[in-house]
Amino acid sequence: MGERAMGAVPEKTHPQTPGQTVGPFFAFGTDYPKKHEVVFPHSPGAIVLGGIVYDGAGDPIPDAIVEIWQADADGSVPRARGALRRDGHSFTGFGRSFTTDEGRYEFWTRDPGSVHGEAPFFAAIVFARGLPDKLHTRIYLPEGEAALAADPLLASLAPAERATLVAKRTPQGYLHHDIHLQGEKETVFLAYG
Amino acid sequence: MASEPKTAAAAPESLLAAPDRASQAQITAEIVELHADYERRAEAGQQLPLTQLDFPPYRSSILRAPTKNPKLVDPETIELWSPAYGQRDVTAIESDLTLNSGSGEPQGERITVTGRLLDSWGRPVRNQLIEVWQANAAGRYVHQRDQHPAPLDPNFTGAGRVITDDAGGYTFTTIKPGPYPWRNHINAWRPAHIHFSVFGASVTQRLVTQMYFPGDPLFALDPIYNTIRDQKDRDRLIGAYDHELTVPEFSMGYRFDIVIDGPNAIWFEPEEGEH
Repeated sequence: MGERAMGAVPEKTHPQTPGQTVGPFFAFGTDYPKKHEVVFPHSPGAIVLGGIVYDGAGDPIPDAIVEIWQADADGSVPRARGALRRDGHSFTGFGRSFTTDEGRYEFWTRDPGSVHGEAPFFAAIVFARGLPDKLHTRIYLPEGEAALAADPLLASLAPAERATLVAKRTPQGYLHHDIHLQGEKETVFLAYG
Repeated sequence: MASEPKTAAAAPESLLAAPDRASQAQITAEIVELHADYERRAEAGQQLPLTQLDFPPYRSSILRAPTKNPKLVDPETIELWSPAYGQRDVTAIESDLTLNSGSGEPQGERITVTGRLLDSWGRPVRNQLIEVWQANAAGRYVHQRDQHPAPLDPNFTGAGRVITDDAGGYTFTTIKPGPYPWRNHINAWRPAHIHFSVFGASVTQRLVTQMYFPGDPLFALDPIYNTIRDQKDRDRLIGAYDHELTVPEFSMGYRFDIVIDGPNAIWFEPEEGEH
């Protein structure tokens, strides 16, 4: 986004509250029905976005949370309420998935559109037992080579790092995207300036 | 495919305990050494996160913490927004953990926890979701993976939600949680804590943290609390006992304000409803 022409940002005055691990017992505190159904399953345009969350030994992590937040298919920023109580049709843009015993997260959602000509992506956050704080990342759609090439983050990365942020389209049109918290294929995680 | 994931299966022992478990003395020595090292590096001008991801005394972080530095990016438009919540998304009873499960009164010391959700400039963060979960008064969680010999309480589940009000304020009524044993090392106990999950106006402000209680003797011994490298920052996670919040003959009161950091760009973001 860069500098805005609206003047200087004042100094921050309030020190932030530090983060802590989500721990092993998040399920009963953060669960709710249809939390991973950003759209109604099998509705027009609905896809499954899913993958495995791995640790540094290449083993799946069975106690992680993945959250996504995204634009709608037309690139609009969702402002509809109801991410917590799904009505089955409002697009709230937010989903939460607990990994299974096989480390798999998944969402019913649809492809985000480009917001201002940028390459479309899902903003994703990962939490897990054993992970002392949240991790931010992005999951880009694999299509649109020109927009992907123009993306400032992707352009700054080596090809192997870049590959950790771009999902793969499956033959049925779904999206597959693994997340590696550590190791050779370590996913690129983000800090915001 | 894509059915609601199941998380109820009990974890094998190997997921909970490191193969060669250290003593508390070893863990404490590792914590002290790492904190001294962070202090030296910070004094030398190195930028370090508030919470250290790679913190070996917390044994399960060894294979789960990224080893590379995060990439610094300017947030894109979508990252400067977050899901919309409103007062009616949560019912009032969800913020009272002494009423929202079972039919009777839970065992333990009734408390209220009150605070404000603020941004880095002290502005209230309104209409955002706060989720909490915790152990009961005996230190037991309602979770299949918690099988330690402390009683469950049929009148306490230990989960609640609230939406922040116009001043960024929130209040929970609950029971003071007990300390909790775990298998990080021999005789490992977590200080009493309440888990908080917080949404901000920007998804970059998303925060999951834990609130602790003043004067806990377990602070110096706990690898999770000490993933926060600086004492000033560790202190920010301790709720303050506030006698003004204590209700006569009913409950003890604690204050816990939460500050969520955002990128500079959110300073300019219009308030909800200005679009």
